[in-house]
Amino acid sequence: MTIAVARDVDQAPATPLIEVRGLVKHFYAPGGRIVHAVEDVDLTIGRGRIVGLVGESGSGKTTVGRTLLRLIEPTGGRMSFDGTDVFALSAREMRQWRRRMQIIFQDPFSSLNPRLTIRAIIAEALDTRGYAKGRARLDRTVELLELVGLSADHASRYPHEFSGGQRQRIGIARALAVEPDFIVADEPVSALDVSIQAQVLNLMEDLRRRLGLTMLFISHDLSVIAYACDEIVVMYLGRVMERGSSRDVRIAPLHPYSQALIAAAPVPDPSRRRVHVPLGGDIPSPIAPPSGCVFRTRCPKALPACAETVPPLTDVGQGRFVACLRVGAGGVSL
Amino acid sequence: MTAETIPTPVAAPNTGPPHPLAEFWLYFRANAGAVVGLFVIVGLVVVALLADVISPHSPIITNNTVFLKPPFWQAGGTLAYPLGTDAIGRDILSRLIHGARLSLLIGIAVVVLAVFAGTVLGLVAGFFRGMIEIVIMRLMDITLTLPSLLLAIVIVAILGPGLMNAMLAVSVVLLPHYVRIARAAVISEVAKDYVTAARVIGAGRMRLMFKEVLPNCVAPLIVQATLGISTAILDAAALGFLGLGAQPPTPEWGTMLADAREFVVRAWWVVTLPGVAILVTVLAFNLFGDGLRDALDPKLKR
Repeated sequence: MTIAVARDVDQAPATPLIEVRGLVKHFYAPGGRIVHAVEDVDLTIGRGRIVGLVGESGSGKTTVGRTLLRLIEPTGGRMSFDGTDVFALSAREMRQWRRRMQIIFQDPFSSLNPRLTIRAIIAEALDTRGYAKGRARLDRTVELLELVGLSADHASRYPHEFSGGQRQRIGIARALAVEPDFIVADEPVSALDVSIQAQVLNLMEDLRRRLGLTMLFISHDLSVIAYACDEIVVMYLGRVMERGSSRDVRIAPLHPYSQALIAAAPVPDPSRRRVHVPLGGDIPSPIAPPSGCVFRTRCPKALPACAETVPPLTDVGQGRFVACLRVGAGGVSL
Repeated sequence: MTAETIPTPVAAPNTGPPHPLAEFWLYFRANAGAVVGLFVIVGLVVVALLADVISPHSPIITNNTVFLKPPFWQAGGTLAYPLGTDAIGRDILSRLIHGARLSLLIGIAVVVLAVFAGTVLGLVAGFFRGMIEIVIMRLMDITLTLPSLLLAIVIVAILGPGLMNAMLAVSVVLLPHYVRIARAAVISEVAKDYVTAARVIGAGRMRLMFKEVLPNCVAPLIVQATLGISTAILDAAALGFLGLGAQPPTPEWGTMLADAREFVVRAWWVVTLPGVAILVTVLAFNLFGDGLRDALDPKLKR
């Protein structure tokens, strides 16, 4: 396949922080069957950028996020993080490296140890950063709590005393405590109420601006992704369908799957109705993915040719990449 | 740290859910049997602690003027020996009081040993999975297939009779329960995000096992430990009864029963009273343990 050299649309930084090439993850199901969770995914994340990974349940978004941190070992592919091939590191080296990457979890109720106070949870992260017990660590804990909009007197409480949104803030403070270069935010707001979602998203945007964070933002909610991210990567059944700037993908999706996703997202304006492209059926089983284009079984525009070859992710100009036989150069529908 | 409040944009109202301990007591209190069990246990502990002070006679010294004296309410009984004397003139009440000390000690020591070893084994099995887990769990399964008392007898037979060996034997018999519970709890905790978070932060394996996972697995272990104390007391008494546990003249309840066997018809109190003591203690621990389980089990909460 063509290795697409990614260039960010509006501002092109020198070298991207993260470059993933040909990421593959297979799980082994009973009976010797192979679950094709992630197939041949390329990702490029520039410094200080937020890239959104969107797709429905079972599309492999979370698996991608977790393999990047090597919480799940990848089956194949390379990942360059600031010039280092992370997938080639030994387990011991990885433990050191991992501190440069952090993760924010979906479920704010299981992501905090119920037996530890907030202070202990954050101190644990500071520990690995070399803060000894004492004044400096306490000060830093308070500083981190204030950074995410909590206060010093929250530090001595236990997680059960907080609401979901507050817990998510604590999770963010914990991730920030190790001063990471890169954060994987795995559905960070989907367990929260809509009003709280906005608060947490604003917080993340604010932190990104102040701390220059680089993030992979995983969500199934396109409106959240569109709000939070610079760039969008649309995944379906373990493969990237489309990639482009947040604005482009949202306003003019090129891939039939992106079009369906965007049409399905609710618009908070009753006078604006979009043409709904209904997607029939469910996502196919990743144990036996369809031949050729994985989306062809549900695609309203599928051709017989779609069953024969896997469409490569092709540069269609203006920083946009689409994996569809029916989209030609310049994004023209064929 | 100063306790000054810093105003925040998302200030939380201070009315969170009740403290876990307060909530626990709320559920525990509703179970009358468990509360009675708790009181009996507290009473037993007090009696055991004050055994030297409150027992009217020595539990070991014999008085050859008062063989098989009946309790005070029966003809021939005196208040000097409120629950009568045994065949060689020892005060039964004093022996029961000192026996409480021994029985509680046995129960607690055995369970502590079993819980400690079982938790470590279960933690290792649940954490490392694979071959280590298979070896540990199959060994425990084999132990579970043998009748507990029979296994204890075999172990004591190998090690030689005596209170220490009996305690060790009962610990081994109880061990598989704790290993299984610890392993199951560990497996379900390890899958949670906070463990992953600690891993991403760079916590080592020991820290993950003992600081993150273990504290979240204690609730089921505490329940099983409380129920285990009663089993331990019962098994230790059974070994004592068979002459494999505490040796005479130690005032152990099971041993007392064994000594009194031949007087069942002639002097009911020599046999009945240690039996009642065992029954009450075991029942109290069982009721208390049941109450604990109900109060700690989130599935039973209303």
